[in-house]
Amino acid sequence: MIELPFLIIFPAIAAVLLLFIANETLRNAVVKIAALLIGAGTIYAFFTYFQSGLQLFSVPFEPASQIMFVLELFIALYILYVGIQCRRYLAVLLIIIQSALLIYVESVFVMGIHPEFNLFIDQFSLIMAMIIGIIGTLICVYALRYMQTYHAHHPEIKDRRRLFFFMFFVFLSGMFGLIFSNNLLWVFFFWEITTLCSFILIGYSQTKEATNNAFLALEMNLLGGVAFAGALLYLLYVDPSGQFLGIEQLLTSGYAIALVPAVLIGFAGITKAALMPFSSWLVGAMVAPTPVSALLHSSTMVKAGVYIIVRFAPVYTGTMEGLIIGLVGGFTFLLASAIAISQSNAKKVLAYSTIANLGLIVACAGVGTYKLVWAAILLIIFHAIAKSLLFLCVGTVEHRIGSRDIEDMSGLIVRMPKIAVMMFIGIAGMFLAPFGMLISKWAAIEAFIEAQFGLIFVAILAFGGSITVMFWSKWMGKIISVIPSGEKVEDTVKKEKWFVLYLLTALTVIVCLIFPLISSTLIEPFVMSVYGQTARLSQDNIVIMAMMIFLLMLMPFSLLLYRDGVKHVPAYMGGRPTTTDMRFQGSMGITRETELSNYYFEEYFGEKRLLMAGTALCFGLILLAGVLLTGVVL
Amino acid sequence: MISLTNAILFLLLAPIIGGLVSGIDRKLTARMQGRVGPPIFQPFYDVGKLLEKENLVVTSSQNFYILSYIVFIVVSGALFFAGGDLLLVIFAFTLAHIFLVLGAYASNSPYSFVGAERELIQIIAYEPMIILSAVGMYMVTKSFFVNEIAASELPLILYLPGVFIGFLMVFTIKLRKSPFDLSTSHHAHQELVKGVTTEFTGPNLARIEIAHWYENVFLLGFVYLFFAFNPVIAIVAIIVAYLLEILIDNTFSRVKWQLTLKSAWIVAGMMGLVNLGVLYYLAGVLI
Repeated sequence: MIELPFLIIFPAIAAVLLLFIANETLRNAVVKIAALLIGAGTIYAFFTYFQSGLQLFSVPFEPASQIMFVLELFIALYILYVGIQCRRYLAVLLIIIQSALLIYVESVFVMGIHPEFNLFIDQFSLIMAMIIGIIGTLICVYALRYMQTYHAHHPEIKDRRRLFFFMFFVFLSGMFGLIFSNNLLWVFFFWEITTLCSFILIGYSQTKEATNNAFLALEMNLLGGVAFAGALLYLLYVDPSGQFLGIEQLLTSGYAIALVPAVLIGFAGITKAALMPFSSWLVGAMVAPTPVSALLHSSTMVKAGVYIIVRFAPVYTGTMEGLIIGLVGGFTFLLASAIAISQSNAKKVLAYSTIANLGLIVACAGVGTYKLVWAAILLIIFHAIAKSLLFLCVGTVEHRIGSRDIEDMSGLIVRMPKIAVMMFIGIAGMFLAPFGMLISKWAAIEAFIEAQFGLIFVAILAFGGSITVMFWSKWMGKIISVIPSGEKVEDTVKKEKWFVLYLLTALTVIVCLIFPLISSTLIEPFVMSVYGQTARLSQDNIVIMAMMIFLLMLMPFSLLLYRDGVKHVPAYMGGRPTTTDMRFQGSMGITRETELSNYYFEEYFGEKRLLMAGTALCFGLILLAGVLLTGVVL
Repeated sequence: MISLTNAILFLLLAPIIGGLVSGIDRKLTARMQGRVGPPIFQPFYDVGKLLEKENLVVTSSQNFYILSYIVFIVVSGALFFAGGDLLLVIFAFTLAHIFLVLGAYASNSPYSFVGAERELIQIIAYEPMIILSAVGMYMVTKSFFVNEIAASELPLILYLPGVFIGFLMVFTIKLRKSPFDLSTSHHAHQELVKGVTTEFTGPNLARIEIAHWYENVFLLGFVYLFFAFNPVIAIVAIIVAYLLEILIDNTFSRVKWQLTLKSAWIVAGMMGLVNLGVLYYLAGVLI
């Protein structure tokens, strides 16, 4: 069981080391070695535990808990200090409430309890660990070169890279802790760590906008933190001996005890996963350097939110509260996808697509049948890989062409062919058959039909799914348009970045090919152990999809067929005289430039209106869940 | 479970049937417009001639996209007739159309660019209804597999009348019939030159045409499923449905994309979802 403490503590040690290294070469070396060791550690843990199912580990509660408590107080003091300094009194208020709850819990109950099994691992933790340990570390390696260029491009921003990489590795450490902790007190500690890390990383550039958005993220996550602390208090109040603090023990204790904390923690998950009405913090978080966005969106932070909700899915099954959580997810999926149509900022499109997909995961987990949990875990995996790839591609493009607007990416296939192809694969991975996300959506449709009130979700998926097709395809169309005059600008991309991008692209495709294997070794045993039955795709469909992937991989070779015997002509311009770079002779003899721009349907899918609708709808639903919950408690 | 024979039969026969249907379509359309019209076999002559022409493109990648388009149209149709999973068929079908759209984008030409955007609007207009149709069939027959749906003794049309009306609506969009022939049209009233197909000539245009034949046969097969309990009624229904589409084609002028999207979604919601809701409720009551 040494792997677990290693994965939790080692990134933290590396982080502290990085805090003191100012030399760039040395930092590069340390980050790479640490990334390699963490990656190796996760793979080692995978081979050790993938067959063993759920394993609880007896880890002494003290003194780790005391250290955590002290650290939590330090974090609270820090937030209190920054909050007062920046006059963000909501954050101050929330941290005071949360700390008060925590101190109360700690002083009244925790002294007397001695939980034994504080760490655990099962297939689901293992999947999360692989995502954090492989994708998270790859993003760290990518960030090395990115931050170098970032500071070269932005001399006005103070170089705080030591803090940056410190936070990156603390983030990884916190995530590992979160997924391996069985004790909810520990989960809460790591939960707060991720909140703090995201706060500091979003505010990295210290501009006014960055600071504001960082506080927005902090406030929303603290609100979730208060709910989480409430759940802890409830659990200890119900049973002061603390036996329900263990996730495993809680899940097997039945609805009567588990429902209230599950819904409270579900609420915390909703804030962390940035579902509506809390979606604005994740959209605001894009002011951070791109690797931060990649990390927040793919392997950490928001995945912590959905992780905890999927963990508690068995408690939600068949309950009204679970259905409401599912509906919050479902409406978020529909509306966030629609908003993405109206956005031309690539990072914003990615942000809304993340929110949408997290919504879908929560919809699956909230309804919580075994088939849906299967689909939800599949979604987590595929989304993490494709989304990190897309963010890193956008980051690379942004540094080369100086814009993150999709309109400026036209002809990327000419200007940055390799990146364009990778971006193409990443986008295809997000919505096209036979790639990952679509497999999961498909599984979700089939599973929702049989669930209670499932028709609502089927309708949401039918409409939301086709909306996704729209915004991804028009982006794809932009990058593959072959512009007649384009200069190639991708030669300056450094080899570390290439390495990370190639690896993520390969993973996107490979995971689609081996997903039946992932499903049968990890997801199915997990779902089986929780529900006693499991879902899988039928053999026929798997074979057909594998054939489709191979066909897709073969198709590009057809380009070889057309090397000869093809005559190139300029595009049809209505018979006007044109130049080679698509300028045409307009009326009055003026030469005009051709500009092509995508549709954005502002009047139908405008951000402001839909966001308002989504906020109202989801806020109402959460309120309803709150009322129901109060009924249960009383 | 999957029947390879049917898939091969589809592969060989679909273009012939599709081409003939297209020929009859043109003849009838001509008669409705008071013209004599071309011979029934005219579509084959057209495609034959196109195939002999020189391969003119703006960019070579167009060839790749169009080849992928036809390949995946054939794959999805073959999978349908082989009895595969209906949802997978629909997803493969969407994939194929994305390739057509990408082919249009690739040329970076203004006309095909707008055509591509409109084709995307059409895709999002029809896709929800097609998925809901598949879901409706599942709710009645408890299977997504086409062979099991086709073998069902239940008269699907009686369970799914609303879904069928919704399907007919998107059928018009899919056949590229007026009033929904936004992205490209067989008629000469297209203000975007040839929309999504503007930059395709010769063999590529021939491939698009053949793909369209395959696609139409697949869609007619979809209509068949609603009436699969009785093959004779099903054949009659297909003929009536297609004649209806020709009539609609010749009596409506084209609408704007806004109305296309709205009406398709409203019909999907009103007809499709309400129908499914009733089924869902009844199933709940009966259990």
